[in-house]
Amino acid sequence: MYVAVKGGEQAIANAHRLLADRRRGERDQAELDVAQIAGQLRLSVDRVMSEASLYDPELAALALKQASGDLIEAVFLLRAYRTTLPRLAVSEPLDTGSMRIERRISATYKDIPGGQILGPTYDYTHRLLDFLQLAEGEVPTPARAEEALEACPQILDLLNDEGLIEQERDDGSEPYDITRDPPDFPVDRATRLQMLARGDEGYLLALGYSTQRGYGRNHPFAGEIRLGQVDIEIHVEEWDEVICIGEIALSECQMVNQFGGSREAAPQFTRGYGLAFGHNERKTMAMALVDRALRAEELGESVTSPAQQAEFVLAHADNVESSGFVSHLKLPHYVDFQSELELLRRLRKAHEAQRSRAGDPQQKRENVSEEAKATERASKGVHHERL
Amino acid sequence: MNGYNFAYLDEQTKRMIRRALLKAVAIPGYQVPFGGREMPMPYGWGTGGMQLTASILGADDVLKVIDQGADDTTNAVSIRAFFERVAGVETTTATAAADVIQTRHRIPETPLEPGQILVFQVPIPEPLRFIEPSEQETRLMHALEEYGVMHVKLYEDIARYGHIATTYAYPVKVDGRYVTDPSPIPKFDNPKLHMSDALMLFGAGREKRLYAIPPHTRVESLDFEDHPFEIQAWDEHCALCGSDHSFLDEVITDDVGSRMFVCSDTDYCLLRRGEVA
Repeated sequence: MYVAVKGGEQAIANAHRLLADRRRGERDQAELDVAQIAGQLRLSVDRVMSEASLYDPELAALALKQASGDLIEAVFLLRAYRTTLPRLAVSEPLDTGSMRIERRISATYKDIPGGQILGPTYDYTHRLLDFLQLAEGEVPTPARAEEALEACPQILDLLNDEGLIEQERDDGSEPYDITRDPPDFPVDRATRLQMLARGDEGYLLALGYSTQRGYGRNHPFAGEIRLGQVDIEIHVEEWDEVICIGEIALSECQMVNQFGGSREAAPQFTRGYGLAFGHNERKTMAMALVDRALRAEELGESVTSPAQQAEFVLAHADNVESSGFVSHLKLPHYVDFQSELELLRRLRKAHEAQRSRAGDPQQKRENVSEEAKATERASKGVHHERL
Repeated sequence: MNGYNFAYLDEQTKRMIRRALLKAVAIPGYQVPFGGREMPMPYGWGTGGMQLTASILGADDVLKVIDQGADDTTNAVSIRAFFERVAGVETTTATAAADVIQTRHRIPETPLEPGQILVFQVPIPEPLRFIEPSEQETRLMHALEEYGVMHVKLYEDIARYGHIATTYAYPVKVDGRYVTDPSPIPKFDNPKLHMSDALMLFGAGREKRLYAIPPHTRVESLDFEDHPFEIQAWDEHCALCGSDHSFLDEVITDDVGSRMFVCSDTDYCLLRRGEVA
C-alpha cells in the first residue's frame, strides 16, 4: 500500500546534522580554524571574494569552512550575505597606478621602469609534490627590503605617448550597477566588465582559451599584470574631502591586442582588461581575453565565435546562477514528468496503430487482433490511457 | 529573526519589487525586469517566487507553500520554514485559509477566491526562449507582437506527432496581447488561469523578471481551430479520495511495475477524504 511521502521536515533536519558531522570530519583531528584558512588557503579565499563580489577575507574563509571547501558553495554563501548589507558609501575610482606592488610583470618589454617583480608566484615552481609538507617543515622567513617599492607607472601608458594604443577615457557617466538593476542587453563595456569580474573563473578560462585556439582570435600580449595593495578612498560630503578608509589587495591584467583602425583612424593596439580581488591572476588574464573578445562588434570585427557573443557569454558566467539552475533538477518534477508520460504513451499508441494499418492484409489482421488483445490487457490492467 | 528585516528583504528592495509588481498588474502578461537579489536559497529553487512573497507578505497574512501540488515536498517544506523563520507569519496547508500561496508547478484544485494571491516560481519566463535564445530579439518580438513563430512551433508538433507536444509550460495569450509562459504547470491547469478570481504573480529570480495575471483577465491557451486546446485526462480515479477530475500523480508501488494514481494536490485530496479538521 502506498504511503504518501511525509516527514520532509525531519529528513531535512537530519540531513543538516549529518552534513555538519561530515564537515567536522574525524574528531581526533584538530578543527580547522577560520584564521588558518584565511592565512594558508588564501588563493581560495581570494577567488571566493572575487566571485562573491565582497572583500572580506575572514568571512570568505568562514564560507569556505562552512562549505567544506566547495568554492562555488562558498561563493554562494558569501553572495547571499552580501545582498543583505546596506550600501554606506560609493568609493572613488581605484587608482591601480599607485598600487603598492607585490608582483608586477610585463611580457611585452624586457625591462620596464620599476622593474619586473616576480613576487609570490607558482609560475616557475616545478610541479613536484613536496613531500616535506607532509611533515611539519619549517618555512624560512623571506628577506625584507628596507622600504616599500615605489609606485610604478602602467606599461600601457608608455605606449600612449606614441599613440600606439587606444586611450581609455572616463566619459563621466554613472556606471550601471549589476547588483541593483537587471541586465538590459545589449550592455555597455562597464556593465560587461562588472559581470565578468564576478564570473566563474573556470568558465572565463575556457572561453579565453577558446579565443587563443582560433574561435575569435585577438592576438593578445600580456602588457602588464600587477598584484598589490590599493587604497580605497571615499568622498565625505560633510568635510568635502576625500579620505582613505583602508586598502585591499587587487590583481590587474592589461592585455595588448592586435590593431583596430579604419579609414579615419590610424591603426592602434587595442586593450582587454581584467581586475579581481586578491591574488587572482589566472582569472584576470581570462577576463581580459574575454573582455577583448566581447569588443568585436565595437571594433568592427565579425562576430563568429562563442566568446564574442555578449548575451551568451554574460548570461551564463555567474556560477551562483548556473549552479542553482543546474542543481534545481534535483527538485521534484513529478507533475511535469507525469504530463510527458501521458503524452508519450498516447503518441506511442498512435504510432503502433498507424504501423498496423500500414502493414500487409495478412499482417494487418494479426496486428489488429494483437491490438485488440493489448487493449483488453490494458483495460484489465492497473492503468491505460485515454486516446 | 535577529539581524534580518521582516521577511528577509530590506524595505528598499521590497518597495522596488512592489513598484515592478504594480507595473506588471497594469500590463498583464508583460515581463517586467526587476533588480532581483540573491536569496539564501539557490537560484532555480524558487528565489523569484520568494522575493515576490517577501515583498507582499504582511504580518497578519497566512501563507501556504506547495511544490508539485503538495505541501509536504522537501522544497515546499524548506520555503515554508524560511518564511516562518524570517517573517514569523502563520502558515497553513489549507488552500481556502491562505492569503498568499506560493507554488511551483501547480494551481490548487480548490478554486481560488477574491483577495487571494497565487505566487508562481518561474524558471524561464520567456515563452519564446526555446525558439529564439537571444533576449534582445525576444523583447523586440513581444514589442511588435510578432508571435507567428510560436504558432509555427505548435504546427510543427502537429505535423510531426499529430498532437501539440507541449504538456506543461503551455504558452498562453494574456488579455489578447502578450504571449506568456504560465510557468511549468501542466496544461491541465491552464484553464484555471482564465478569469481567475485571484491575483496571479509570477517571479523569475535568476532571470530577474516578474509578471502578473490580474483577476478576471482573459487567458487563452494557444491552439488551432482544427486542433483545439485540450487538457490531460485519466481513466483512473484517485486511489485515495476517488476524485475523477483532479490532476493525478502516478506512483510506483512495487518493483514489478504496479502503480496507482493519486491526487497531486495533497490538501484537496485530504479535504475530500474528510481528514482536515
